[in-house]
Amino acid sequence: MLLEASNLAKAYGARRAVDGVSFQLRAGQTLGLIGPNGAGKSTTVGMLCGLLAPDAGSVRVRGRQVGPGANEAKRCIGLVPQDLALYEDLPAFENLMLFGALYGVPRALRRERAARVLEQVNLQERARDRPSTFSGGMKRRLNIGAALMHAPELLVLDEPTVGVDPQSRNAIFDILERLKGEGCALVYTSHYMEEVERLADQIVVIDGGKVLADDTPAGLQRRLPSQAALRVELAGEPDPVMLDGLRAMAGVTTLQQTGLQLKIGLAQATDALPVMSWLERSGCRALGFATARTRLEDIFLHLTGRSLRD
Amino acid sequence: MTAFLALVRKDLILFLHDRRALLISLALPIIIASFFGFLFGGGGAKGGSAIDIALVLQDTSKTSAAIAAGLKADSSLAVAPMNIDEARAAVGSGKRKAAIVIPAGFGAAAGDALFGGAAKPEIGLLYDPSQPAVLSMVKGMLTQQVMQVVSSEMFGGAAGGREASERSLRALEARPQDADTVALRGVLESVIKYQALPVKEGEAGAKKAGLTTPFTTRDESVSGKGDAGPAGYNAFAHSFAGMGVQFILFMGIEMGTSLLHARRSGVWSRLQAAPVSLSTLLLARAASSALIAFVILCVIFAFAVLVFHVRIASLPGFVGLALCFALVTASFGVLIAAFGKTPEAARGLALFATLMMVMLGGAWLPSFLFPAWLQQAALAVPTKWAIDGFDAVTWRGMDLAAVLPAMGAQLGFALLFAVLAVWRFRKMA
Repeated sequence: MLLEASNLAKAYGARRAVDGVSFQLRAGQTLGLIGPNGAGKSTTVGMLCGLLAPDAGSVRVRGRQVGPGANEAKRCIGLVPQDLALYEDLPAFENLMLFGALYGVPRALRRERAARVLEQVNLQERARDRPSTFSGGMKRRLNIGAALMHAPELLVLDEPTVGVDPQSRNAIFDILERLKGEGCALVYTSHYMEEVERLADQIVVIDGGKVLADDTPAGLQRRLPSQAALRVELAGEPDPVMLDGLRAMAGVTTLQQTGLQLKIGLAQATDALPVMSWLERSGCRALGFATARTRLEDIFLHLTGRSLRD
Repeated sequence: MTAFLALVRKDLILFLHDRRALLISLALPIIIASFFGFLFGGGGAKGGSAIDIALVLQDTSKTSAAIAAGLKADSSLAVAPMNIDEARAAVGSGKRKAAIVIPAGFGAAAGDALFGGAAKPEIGLLYDPSQPAVLSMVKGMLTQQVMQVVSSEMFGGAAGGREASERSLRALEARPQDADTVALRGVLESVIKYQALPVKEGEAGAKKAGLTTPFTTRDESVSGKGDAGPAGYNAFAHSFAGMGVQFILFMGIEMGTSLLHARRSGVWSRLQAAPVSLSTLLLARAASSALIAFVILCVIFAFAVLVFHVRIASLPGFVGLALCFALVTASFGVLIAAFGKTPEAARGLALFATLMMVMLGGAWLPSFLFPAWLQQAALAVPTKWAIDGFDAVTWRGMDLAAVLPAMGAQLGFALLFAVLAVWRFRKMA
C-alpha cells in the first residue's frame, strides 16, 4: 500500500475539522477526495503532506509515518496547493530549480528535470520568464510542475484547476492523465465532479470531518436507486392521473416535475425505452427526450444533501 | 545544505530582480546621506559658510566707515550694503539673516560715550526670528569691530579722538566731583597726554594701537587616535553611517513582510511541505538578508570613501561592525515576520519602530543634542551602537579594539531578536 490514512482526527478549538478519517491508496491509483465547503478536505490534505500534525491517527507513505519533520516520508510526496505557491518574480526555470533543491535533487539532475518538467507542463518556451507575466492557466501548470521536480510517487493536488479556462483545465488533465499513465499515484480534491469522475479510481466523500463513502465510481453509483435519468420536455401541463401511472411503472425510481419538464429516475438506463413508449401510449405530448447516466454530482448531493455550506 | 544554498540563492536573485528594492537600498541612502553631509559641514577641511547680512550705513564718519570695512573684511560675514528699506525687506523675506543699521552721528557719539560721559548711540539690529542664534553671533562680531575701531580712534592720537577725549573731559568737569568722576577725569587726562605724544621714529604713518582682544586662539579639532588630526572630521562619515543604517533597516522590514506575503500566498506552506526544517527556512532567509545588508553597507561606504573622501581608519573594525549590523537587520526582519499578522499592519508598525530607532540612534541629529536621560535611553537601541561604531572607525580614527563593545552589543540585539522570532514561529507551528 502506498498511502494509509488511519483514523485521522484534528480539532481547531471546539470544532472537530476531521474526525476519524481513514482510507488507503495503492501505487499508480487515483483517489478523488470530495466534500462540500468546510467538510475537512484541506485539513486532511494538510495532514497527508505533513503540514499538520494529527491530534489522533496517522498517515503512512510506503510505511513511513508522515508529519512535520518526517523528511523521508515527505520526499515521496509532491504537493500542488490550491494557492499559486510560486515566487512570482523568479523565472519559471529558477522556481523549478529551487523546489528541486528543497527535495535534495542533485544539481546536475535538477537542471535535466527542470527542462523535462517544463516540457511536461508545456512551458519550455517560457523557461526564463517570470510567473508574474504568465496567464492563470500557465501559472497553474507551473504550480503542478514545481511538485514534480523530485519525481514523487504520490502527488497530492488540492483543487488544482481553480479559476482556469476550459482549455487550460483540459491541458492540466492531459498532464495528470500522463502522470497517472507513468505510475504516479494521485490524491485529487476538487469541487468539479466531472474532473474527479474523469480521473479517480477511488472516491472518498467526506462531510463534517467524517468519511461518508469510500468506493470506486461504479460502487458509488450502485448506492443510488437511479442509475440513469430521463428528461422529458412537455408541450402542455401533464395529466395528474398520467403522472401517477408513470410513478407506478416498473423501473421508475423517482419522478420530479419542474414546470413543463419531467425528470424520471430509472433503475437501469435500459428502462428509458419502455418509459418513452408508455408516455406515447398515454397521450403525453412530448417535445423532446434526453437520457443521462447518473453523475457523480447526483451521488454527491445524495450523500451530502442539498443545503448550502458557507 | 543544498536546500539552504538554494533558498539563499533564490533571495539574492529576487533582490537583484527587484529594481525598486535596489533603488531604495542603494541610491536613496547615498543621495540623502550626501545631502545631510553637505548640510552638516561637508568634508571638514573647509570652514563653515558665511552669514549673509545687510549693512545700512547712515553715518559718514571715518569711525563708521572703518567699522563697515572691518565687518566686510570678516570672512564669517557676507556683507551687502543696503538702505534701510531694502535691508528690512531682505531680512523679512529671509534673503539676509540680519541687518546692522549704523545711524548718522554714530562715530562722534561712540567716542563721547566710551568713558560714560555721554549718552550711548544705538546701532540697529534687524534679524530673522527663525535664526535666533545668528543674532548673538552678529552682535559678537559687531562688538569686536566697534570696540577696536572706536578705541583705536580714542587712543590712536587722531584729531577726532583727541577732540572726543577733550569733550568727554569737559563733560566730566561739569558733573558733581565725586570720587568716581575724579578718578575718571584722571584716566582721561592721562589719555589726552598719551594722545599728545609724538609718534616714535620708524613708526611714521603708523597709528597708536587702540583696545584689542587680549588673546588669540589656537584651534585644534581632536578626533580620536593617531593621525586623524585636525582634518579627521568628515560630516559625510556620520551622515552615511546614519542613512546607511536607516535604509538597511528598511530593507529588513521588506524582508520580514516578504515572509508574511509568503505565508499569505501559500508559498510558506509549500516550503514546509518539503523535507526542510523550520530552522533551515528561517536561517536561509536570515543569511540572505544579512548578506544583502552587508554588501549594501559596503557599497554605500565605498561611495562615501571614493566621492567624499571618508576615511576608514580600521578596516577590520568596519567589516566587523558591518557584519554585526547585518545580523541585527536579518534578525529584525525575521522578528517582524514572526510577530506580524498581515504584511500591511506589520510594515506600518515596523516602520514606526525603525524610525524611532534611527532617530534615537543619532542618524538624523547627533545624539549629543539629546537630553542626558535620552542619551542613556538610546543605549537600548541597536542603531545607537551601530552609528557610534561607524563614527568611531571612520572620522574618530579608532581601531578594532575600540569598537568591540559596539559589536558585542549588536550581536546581543541580534541574538535577542532571533530567539524571540524562533520562539514565536515554533509556537505558531
